[in-house]
Amino acid sequence: MSQVVQYILSGVTVGSIYAIVAIGFNIIYSTTGVINFAQGEFVMLGGMVAVSLLRVFPLPVAVAGAVVTVALCGALLEIAFFRRLRHPSALQMIIITIGLSIVIQEAALHIWDEKVRSLPYFTGTEITSIHLFGAAVSPQVLWVLGTVSLAVLGLHAYFRYALAGKAMRACASNPEAALLMGIDAATMRTASFALSAGLGALAGCVMSPITMTHYEMGTGLAIKGFAAAILGGLGNHSAALVAGLAVGLAESCSVAVLPAAYKDAVAFGILVAVLFVRPHGLFGSAEVGTSSREF
Amino acid sequence: MERRSPILGVAALAVVVVAVHLLTAALGKPFYLTQLSMAAYYAIVVMGLCLVMGYAGQISLGHGAFFAIGGYTSAFLTTRNVGARLPAGLREALGHVGALAPRQDLYGADVVAVSPWLACAIALAVAAALALAVGYPALRLKGYYLAMGTLGFGLIIYRVLLGTDALGGVDGIVSVPPWHLLPGIEITGGKPHRVVNYYVAWGAALAVLLLILNLTESRVGRALRSIHGGERAANAMGVDTAGYKLKAFALSAVIAALAGCLFTHYNGGIDPSEAGVMKSVRYVALVATGGMANVWGALVLGAGLTFLSLRGWFGSFDHAVFGGLLIAIMSLAPEGPLRPLASWLARVGVRCRPRSGTGKPEPETGSPRSEAPNPRPET
Repeated sequence: MSQVVQYILSGVTVGSIYAIVAIGFNIIYSTTGVINFAQGEFVMLGGMVAVSLLRVFPLPVAVAGAVVTVALCGALLEIAFFRRLRHPSALQMIIITIGLSIVIQEAALHIWDEKVRSLPYFTGTEITSIHLFGAAVSPQVLWVLGTVSLAVLGLHAYFRYALAGKAMRACASNPEAALLMGIDAATMRTASFALSAGLGALAGCVMSPITMTHYEMGTGLAIKGFAAAILGGLGNHSAALVAGLAVGLAESCSVAVLPAAYKDAVAFGILVAVLFVRPHGLFGSAEVGTSSREF
Repeated sequence: MERRSPILGVAALAVVVVAVHLLTAALGKPFYLTQLSMAAYYAIVVMGLCLVMGYAGQISLGHGAFFAIGGYTSAFLTTRNVGARLPAGLREALGHVGALAPRQDLYGADVVAVSPWLACAIALAVAAALALAVGYPALRLKGYYLAMGTLGFGLIIYRVLLGTDALGGVDGIVSVPPWHLLPGIEITGGKPHRVVNYYVAWGAALAVLLLILNLTESRVGRALRSIHGGERAANAMGVDTAGYKLKAFALSAVIAALAGCLFTHYNGGIDPSEAGVMKSVRYVALVATGGMANVWGALVLGAGLTFLSLRGWFGSFDHAVFGGLLIAIMSLAPEGPLRPLASWLARVGVRCRPRSGTGKPEPETGSPRSEAPNPRPET
């Protein structure tokens, strides 16, 4: 019994990170139509920058600094590479974001190094544990879950109530109409990159004590996050959350059945299976106006 | 439209290949031929991917995996002592047909393994089957799905190769036997075979080039180009877009597997890094650098840049160079650097010998052949 709880908790923890990456995909995709293959790199950068800032600043400042820095990086990427493309083809955008992800990875390799780093545990140490339903849980797991839920709630409120969030949604559902209503679509696109990058960086910080930060971690996260995003249906934030948790749970439960070396293959298997059976996601994408966007 | 036979261009390239050999011999650097042979095998993958990206307008981030599947399948079959498990009569019979090849392993023990010919055929069949299985769902959709699907497929293959002990784990499979193609010609590494293998590798590359050139000039090629130009229009004109995309994808996977198979025999082994994401991204970068729908560019730049990379020119920025290339090409010259260069050269050429009519360069669009490394008309 306690083992089942353990599997579930670890699945929910990694799953919530996948969910954040999936939501990051969605934010950029629904505003700009770009699937950003460099999404995982934001998570990696968040962890790396926070570890570096920690030498000078206390932990909360380091985390906040990392989020802001990476968000600025995201905005810069949009301005430098996507703003000037008039009518980019899907192929063109895929290739550019892949190139970006490689260059960011290699830059991280040269700025930092190939060593595995991690932030300290936010509360307690690696041996501190809380007992939940007979399973031992690190308090960091609670930090991850709490941060992710707060981020998702905040995002939800932002898109629903804040003027900028509404403007972003308007750009997503109909860019021309949004332009006519006086919304600066270009700024909104930049903002969506910044928001998505900052969110990824936050996830990278809270997960760093558990899963460690490594310059190569981005690609795997991007694919699993994308698996979650299409499982939920591209553009659908709340479905992405559920789907991310589902991917995480499937992965952690697979360890009970399959050799651990094949753990990563499970998420990719889900991705391929979803492509086979329901390419528009389990929950459809009727909620957001992205269904008009063609693939 | 005027159509020149690709034979002339291929023959010209063959002359260049011989010239490069003579040049390395004259410079006293015969060891360059080893990397040039490896570069040729990698360039074969790039040309195959060119068919998918340039002509069908789809992107595959899993071609490294197909290369590895080709290599691993033939390496596994040719090193495994299958003869020991078979009854003697069957072993004899299979040996007579040429399906099994007896030899001695590293320690002098007798091994009866599958012959490289049969192993290669099986490798190609496996690659084709996997390509159809991955491509069938992904290619019915557009754009991102094939990219992510093949990226995921590549990672699965990579993880499985890493995690399977029978395939050697991190070390991969070593001491793959030579492949006796003809008497006196065998695909294997080592100094005495260097020159022969250089010609085998480039012969294979030129054969694949010819195959793809002929294919793209055929009805299939026109269908693929029409998909790239406008999938809906192509569909409305009665082109079976999904079918053609799938066939192009499967063919390019088979080409990649063939290259992997040849490479493995040449290299004497294969390891999981061949299936890595970076390898696959590199093939995409090389296709983009070659100019997407330009098999010539794919071969020449693919082999050239791979050669520089294998010689260690890019140092610790090896991956970054290819990532940077991707970004630069896509945002500055999505058609690839060759096309603007070719039209510039043509303009200069026209200015030098003025002809009747406008000074506009010959129309370079449509025909992939017109961007041959030598842009001057050949007749």
